[in-house]
Amino acid sequence: MNKLILGRYFPGESVLHYMDPRAKLLAGFIFIFIVFLASNWQTLALLTSFTFFVMCLSGVSFKVYLRGVRPLIWLILFTVFLQVLFRSGGTVYFDWGPITISHNGIINGVYIFFRFVLIIFFTTVITLTTKPIELTDGIYFLLSPLEKLKVPVDEIALMLSISLRFIPNLLDETQKVMDAQRARGTEFGEGSLLKQMKTLVPIFLPLYESSLNRAEDMANVMEVRGYQSGLTRSNFRRLTWHTKDTLALVTMALLTLGLLLLQ
Amino acid sequence: MGTPILQVENLSFQYDKRTAHTLSNVSFTAQQGEWLGIVGNNGSGKSTLAKLLVGLLQPEEGQIHINGMKVNQENIWKVRSKIGLVFQNPDNQFIGTTVEDDVAFGLENLNMPYEDMKARVDEALSLVGMTDFRYYDPSNLSGGQKQRVAIAGILALKPSILILDEAFVMLDPKSRRELLATLKKLKQDENITIISITHDMNEAVDADRIIVLKAGKIVNSGTPSEVFHEEQELEPPFAEQLRRLLQERNAKVPPEFMTEQELVRWLCK
Repeated sequence: MNKLILGRYFPGESVLHYMDPRAKLLAGFIFIFIVFLASNWQTLALLTSFTFFVMCLSGVSFKVYLRGVRPLIWLILFTVFLQVLFRSGGTVYFDWGPITISHNGIINGVYIFFRFVLIIFFTTVITLTTKPIELTDGIYFLLSPLEKLKVPVDEIALMLSISLRFIPNLLDETQKVMDAQRARGTEFGEGSLLKQMKTLVPIFLPLYESSLNRAEDMANVMEVRGYQSGLTRSNFRRLTWHTKDTLALVTMALLTLGLLLLQ
Repeated sequence: MGTPILQVENLSFQYDKRTAHTLSNVSFTAQQGEWLGIVGNNGSGKSTLAKLLVGLLQPEEGQIHINGMKVNQENIWKVRSKIGLVFQNPDNQFIGTTVEDDVAFGLENLNMPYEDMKARVDEALSLVGMTDFRYYDPSNLSGGQKQRVAIAGILALKPSILILDEAFVMLDPKSRRELLATLKKLKQDENITIISITHDMNEAVDADRIIVLKAGKIVNSGTPSEVFHEEQELEPPFAEQLRRLLQERNAKVPPEFMTEQELVRWLCK
């Protein structure tokens, strides 16, 4: 579990930690779009240096970010190879049937590699510096226009926040069940793939059962405390927009402008 | 005594037509500010009774009145604003991501403005002595602290009745003592009616009055001293156990039930 950096929160005191989640989410969306504007060396250099600047601001060590890329590296390399092998144009270095390694292909592969890594770095900055619950609040706010289209945004946000709340409990329980099965002689992570998968069944069944019981308890508690779906609820958690949040969005706008000019 | 705040008349319930009644013909009342203990062993219908009181289950026969309002489908939400239920498992009733979020959950449901919510949350947290923990998340709290937060979440709604369904079971002795002290204070200062459902007689001993449930029927009721004197079948509280043992060895102990303090005083005489 410790390997997965994507979606984890690192407590800290940096400027980014104290930013409004709405600003961070918006900046993230803008970034994903403008990454595609990086189509020459200058723009790529600008974006890369900007991303490194933001990563330094977060106060989290670079090692953590690199660990975030690791689980996705095969996906990235696969996409890069597809680009390199099938994209044509420019000087051709190698040609065999449909497979061509050309100058443009290699250049494009490099761009795609950088785009992927930059997007991962940038979104990791957001998730590392924002509490999951703040992210939920941010998502709730950004989705709230959809309420007019009768999308139950309120319910979705509550579901998200309750799921987040129970992740640690589920992890604890998984550990307990695994220990209990170990005490009965189960060995995890050994034998053939099929055997390993079989040892997971006696973990998932008890977990599944206890989750259902838990859900029923929760539903009772919520009902007794007056929760009715579809009713308008007020919100106790409040988001406050500071000058630094506006500044961050202005920076993003300037960055976009810079990229457009350099293109 | 005025009109009772809780009135239960001829209540019957069964989960399945083919099996015996879980509750049959149960009637009792509770006064404002009273601490009522409902005791019974597993399968005596205690938890079913709690669920019926807050309208999570509908009675087959009989009726429940809370504050003069009948508990039924139409005014169930009004009734629930008067009555709170604390469940057994502290983890499963923590809905918010932090202590203050959880306390505010019930208030959010009422669509209460932020300023009012804040005042109510502050008040409820100080009543249960959890103000210092308001930004904590549940994984950093002990079981007893979580139960106190659950109680605060109910108190914020300003109910007149607080029901505890085996709320002490998962707590360690220290948390248990703290929670009991909190409840005593609430009863005294806020005049809240407490209905404590339990199988542990050491908890029931603090009640003003005890009702004994057995296989869905009320078999005895009265003050703790009366009940524990008469009921030889129930496992009595520790002090009573000791008194009975002393009696067996022909020590000259008083023949009636004594609380722990009374017994200590008698022993040190």
